[in-house]
Amino acid sequence: MPDEALLTVAGIGKAFGGLSVVDDVSFTVPRGGRLGLIGPNGAGKTTVFNLISGVYPLDAGTITLDGQAIGTLPPRDRVLAGMARSFQNIRLMPHLSAVENVMLGQHARASGLGALLTPIGWMPRGRWRREAEALLAEAGLDIDPGDVVSSLPYGIRKKIEVVRALASRPKLLLLDEPAAGLNPAETAELARFLRRIADGGTALLVVEHDMGFVDEVCDRVVVLNFGKRIYEGSMAGARADALVREAYLGADAA
Amino acid sequence: MSGYWSGILAILAINIIFAYGIFVTATAGQLNLGGAGFMAIGAYGAAMLGEQLGWTPAWTVPAATLLTALIGMGIAFPVLRTRGVYMVLATFAFAQVVTGIILTQPALGGAMGLVVTEYVDLPVLLSCAAAVTLLVFWLTATRLGLAMRALHDDELVATLMGVPARAVQVAGFAIGGGLAGLAGALYAHHFSFVEAQYFSPLLSIYVLLFVLIGGTQTAWGPLVGATFFTIVPELLRIGGSWRYVVFGVMIVAMMMFRPEGMVTRTLLARLTGRRRHADAG
Ligand SMILES: Nc1ncnc2c1ncn2[C@@H]1O[C@H](COP(=O)(O)OP(=O)(O)OP(=O)(O)O)[C@@H](O)[C@H]1O
Ligand SMILES: [Mg+2]
Repeated sequence: MPDEALLTVAGIGKAFGGLSVVDDVSFTVPRGGRLGLIGPNGAGKTTVFNLISGVYPLDAGTITLDGQAIGTLPPRDRVLAGMARSFQNIRLMPHLSAVENVMLGQHARASGLGALLTPIGWMPRGRWRREAEALLAEAGLDIDPGDVVSSLPYGIRKKIEVVRALASRPKLLLLDEPAAGLNPAETAELARFLRRIADGGTALLVVEHDMGFVDEVCDRVVVLNFGKRIYEGSMAGARADALVREAYLGADAA
Repeated sequence: MSGYWSGILAILAINIIFAYGIFVTATAGQLNLGGAGFMAIGAYGAAMLGEQLGWTPAWTVPAATLLTALIGMGIAFPVLRTRGVYMVLATFAFAQVVTGIILTQPALGGAMGLVVTEYVDLPVLLSCAAAVTLLVFWLTATRLGLAMRALHDDELVATLMGVPARAVQVAGFAIGGGLAGLAGALYAHHFSFVEAQYFSPLLSIYVLLFVLIGGTQTAWGPLVGATFFTIVPELLRIGGSWRYVVFGVMIVAMMMFRPEGMVTRTLLARLTGRRRHADAG
């Protein structure tokens, strides 16, 4: 079973105003796998995330998550099917506290009127709140969970985004440049945290410009250039690939 | 207590309930500039049920509240198709339609208004205001309340976290409409008279001001805003006509210096001694 595909993206495409931004891209993320999605600026990586999570409708192709065709489902149903994502530019809810942001991430698991009408704001011992606080602590976040996120430093907010996505207990976690703007120590800590998450069985699809980070977190990479897949394989293979070097790694890999 | 102050307390209780009605909708990110329309439906609903069917306030008030909630739910669908300033205008137009209908219907008293026989006294109003306050505090602490506040901040991301945006926003309009209707029903029974002119656009603007200036981040906002806007103009009465000037300047000053409202989460955190990290950093 370990090699069975969790996410299958087949021939997806997207054009904006006649300009093709993602063109016939295919790849798979195996159950518990860790795939890096890399490529130069404007290659279409974030657009691929937006297509997978349902922010934009597909122009072409299909997406399958855990055997279920999700390519035409509304975003919410894709979350319920088992995926969660973070955003390239931090998109935490600025007026909510750290723990409230994480509890928002639990939303997909809390269905039914009863769950909706249970107070989770007070009651520090309530199940949902306790779980969210534990998750923040597990991620090594030494903060007061009640702090409003707009008052927290960048590196911490970046990490809360990852924790919020994890709070839905996804089978697949999509991270868009989780290490961007972090210092080397924070980056290394995030890499260790993501390894632990992956060891726990959550599959990762990671967009990142920091190649060392990708190397450490992912076991395979897909390289995009001008919306097209130009490589799929190991990171070492990518470094050696002529097309990839030319498109992207050229400058610093030479 | 003098009749003067008990009259002000009654208005205060009604304003608090009304403000919470607008607040609940605003928490989910929707500005309702049709508050007076919802309140009018509650007031006329209670008046008609009492006068035509002979129901007592124990029945007219809940029924009028429910009726307004249902209308809030129905109105939410077309209104939620609009965005931003158009949504504000849509709710405004709704209120205009409501008062327009009242003015043209002889059965509703037209411009003459309606006398309401059954009386509801001040303690009932105050108890209702207290109950609504508790209800809204509870609501904001629930997962539904969290979903509403998340939609206010970022609708797309909330949706990507699994929040059923449309359903939650419709619920916001229904609950908010119901509370505004409750305010109207209590108004009708306490003041024993309803007329369309009272439910003017100015009333909608005022209640929205209570809420925005009080602050939409916490359930304290409408309470503080409604109290401030009900009491301060009375206190300024001694200043004669100047009070309008003073009051106007105060509103502008608050918008400038506290754009997020008088009561914000950071203010509450500071008051309760939280924010150790922010203070340390
Ligand atoms: N909503 C949109 N409308 C029009 N063009 C878009 C839209 N979203 C993305 N694009 C364009 O698509 C191309 C790919 O953008 P995308 O954000 O997917 O790149 P990326 O690989 O994530 O880049 P980066 O590394 O800079 O984040 C860019 O040229 C961008 O301008
Ligand atoms: Mg991007």
